[in-house]
Amino acid sequence: MKAFSADLDVRLTEVSLRDGSHHIRHQFTAEQVAAVARALDQAGVPVIEVSHGDGLGGSSLTYGRSRTDERVLIATAVANVKRAKIASLILPGVGTSDDIRAAADLGVGLIRVATHCTEADIGAEHFHVARSLGLDTAGFLMMAHSQPPEVLARQARIMVDAGCRCVYVTDSAGALILEQVADRVATLVAELGDDAMVGFHGHENLALGVANTIVAIRAGAVQVDASARRFGAGAGNTPTEALVPVCEKLGIRTGVDPLRMFDVAEDVVLPILKDGEPALSRLALVMGYAGVYSSFLKHAYRAGERYGVSGAEILMRCGQRKLVGGQEDQILDIASELAAERTAANG
Amino acid sequence: MSPASHVPVAIVGSGNIGTDLMEKLRRSERLDLRWMVGVDPGSPGLARARRHGVETSAEGVDWLLAQRERPAIVFEATSAAVHEKNAPRYRAAGIRAVDLTPAALGPYVVPPVNLRAHLDAPNLNLVTCGGQATLPMVYAVTRVVPVAYAEIVATIASASAGPGTRANIDEFTKTTARAIEEVGGAARGKAIIILNPAEPPLIMRDTILCTLPEGADRDAVSASILEMEKSVQSYVPGYRLLREPQYDDEKVAILVEVTGAGDFLPPYAGNLDIMTAAAARVGEELAAALHAGSTR
Repeated sequence: MKAFSADLDVRLTEVSLRDGSHHIRHQFTAEQVAAVARALDQAGVPVIEVSHGDGLGGSSLTYGRSRTDERVLIATAVANVKRAKIASLILPGVGTSDDIRAAADLGVGLIRVATHCTEADIGAEHFHVARSLGLDTAGFLMMAHSQPPEVLARQARIMVDAGCRCVYVTDSAGALILEQVADRVATLVAELGDDAMVGFHGHENLALGVANTIVAIRAGAVQVDASARRFGAGAGNTPTEALVPVCEKLGIRTGVDPLRMFDVAEDVVLPILKDGEPALSRLALVMGYAGVYSSFLKHAYRAGERYGVSGAEILMRCGQRKLVGGQEDQILDIASELAAERTAANG
Repeated sequence: MSPASHVPVAIVGSGNIGTDLMEKLRRSERLDLRWMVGVDPGSPGLARARRHGVETSAEGVDWLLAQRERPAIVFEATSAAVHEKNAPRYRAAGIRAVDLTPAALGPYVVPPVNLRAHLDAPNLNLVTCGGQATLPMVYAVTRVVPVAYAEIVATIASASAGPGTRANIDEFTKTTARAIEEVGGAARGKAIIILNPAEPPLIMRDTILCTLPEGADRDAVSASILEMEKSVQSYVPGYRLLREPQYDDEKVAILVEVTGAGDFLPPYAGNLDIMTAAAARVGEELAAALHAGSTR
């Protein structure tokens, strides 16, 4: 099995300060980011991602406005780590290359460019810009459950040709199951060879975060994502504090100290989640089951309340309409459609 | 056909957009599509133009400008880089340019919003597909109440996004955001574009969100939005509100669908249809203004 480096079998990217942003509706404060970044760094986490949940420039009416400017949050994270690299996510079509330049100026060392898994070419200019600024790069093929391995491999090649150094099988809906992860990762590894690495980003919507991540590593993934207390969209992400000891017991070197990670999760991250941790709720399960983008959860819940319709029904319809990441605006349409249908049925 | 009321025009660029535009210009009573030029002798667009009796050449603008008779208006359906080279030549020849590329050398024009203000400009730019679909609605709100912030989300079928759009997605978001402010009239604008690969391809959808001042007259805002829907429908018949405007404490949400006319491009590509339909409308207004000027 190939290793990430001489010291690490896999490199872990901690996403609580980015994917977690969805769970708290983008209400991070600089104090919270400072505390989490410092603690993760001290536990040995090599990469910490910070940005709006929908990536750089994601603060909006559609996705939710950031309480604190993400550039302040990024600068805060950079100032509070000694060893860790700070990463930022960008979704082309939402953020722009100007955001990448600003992030680089703030000290971000890794840019992760996320596109729907059939649209890799819209990120080409963003990879070019990141590489020209001397940044490390990774690419997210989002909603990876929705396409077969061969399609993902072709899209991965497009990203790598544009300057991507690691392509992630990104299970945005938490819908992939064990072998489905392994097949996709292995096909990307075979396609990319020595040209680029392969990564895996999981969600817990069907309670498979740790298992899927281990399967991905065994299939050749050398970069993986995780989040303390599952702090992320939907039922959350692969829990870092569980993945780290599991890796250690399997002889997979992550560089993260398990006992310290337990402390970070409980003492530093849990207090931020005083209004509730990401849970394997009915809505989260529906997303894993119907293949819906995890960050739709809070939006569907709110729209359901506003229109007096079922959040689960909203999410099922998101799946039927084959919505992709970023189409949160259509949740309003679906909720209002369901309300109109109910009125018609009762009339 | 009376030459006095028929203004001779040319299309530069024989790809999908140029070909769809040709179908629309052929229906025009004011515009006489005489020439279509491209750079590929085997272009299906040029072949189709010849079948329609339009003079064609694969020698591009050089050929067009060497003709004894020249167009009064050219429609540029190439790329921003090509238009930047061509625009000074059109201007030197006294030819008005309607620019469907993102070059934006001239003012942004959205027919039901600001076309009349720019009929004298030598070069008119059509912003972006998302701009044509959403700016009328931003304006429909700002003409009633001040809007501190407007945001649009345009979702298009992957199959309708050509290589130019894909390679320059930032250009879409930045240009559209700027036009939300300059044309739409919002103090601040943001634009988001999403590509969806679903099969069958989805019809273009746009969501327009405008913050409202406290105590805004919602009935007046809604009436303005419905009136604007009709204005756009006069040149894009497939433009429609999906539902009534949706209000919450701070904003109005306007949900729109744009079905194309299916002239050459398939109906789901409403994003491309609204560009060619807007270009045709701009051409007609220009022609009317030119005609009025020459008979005054």
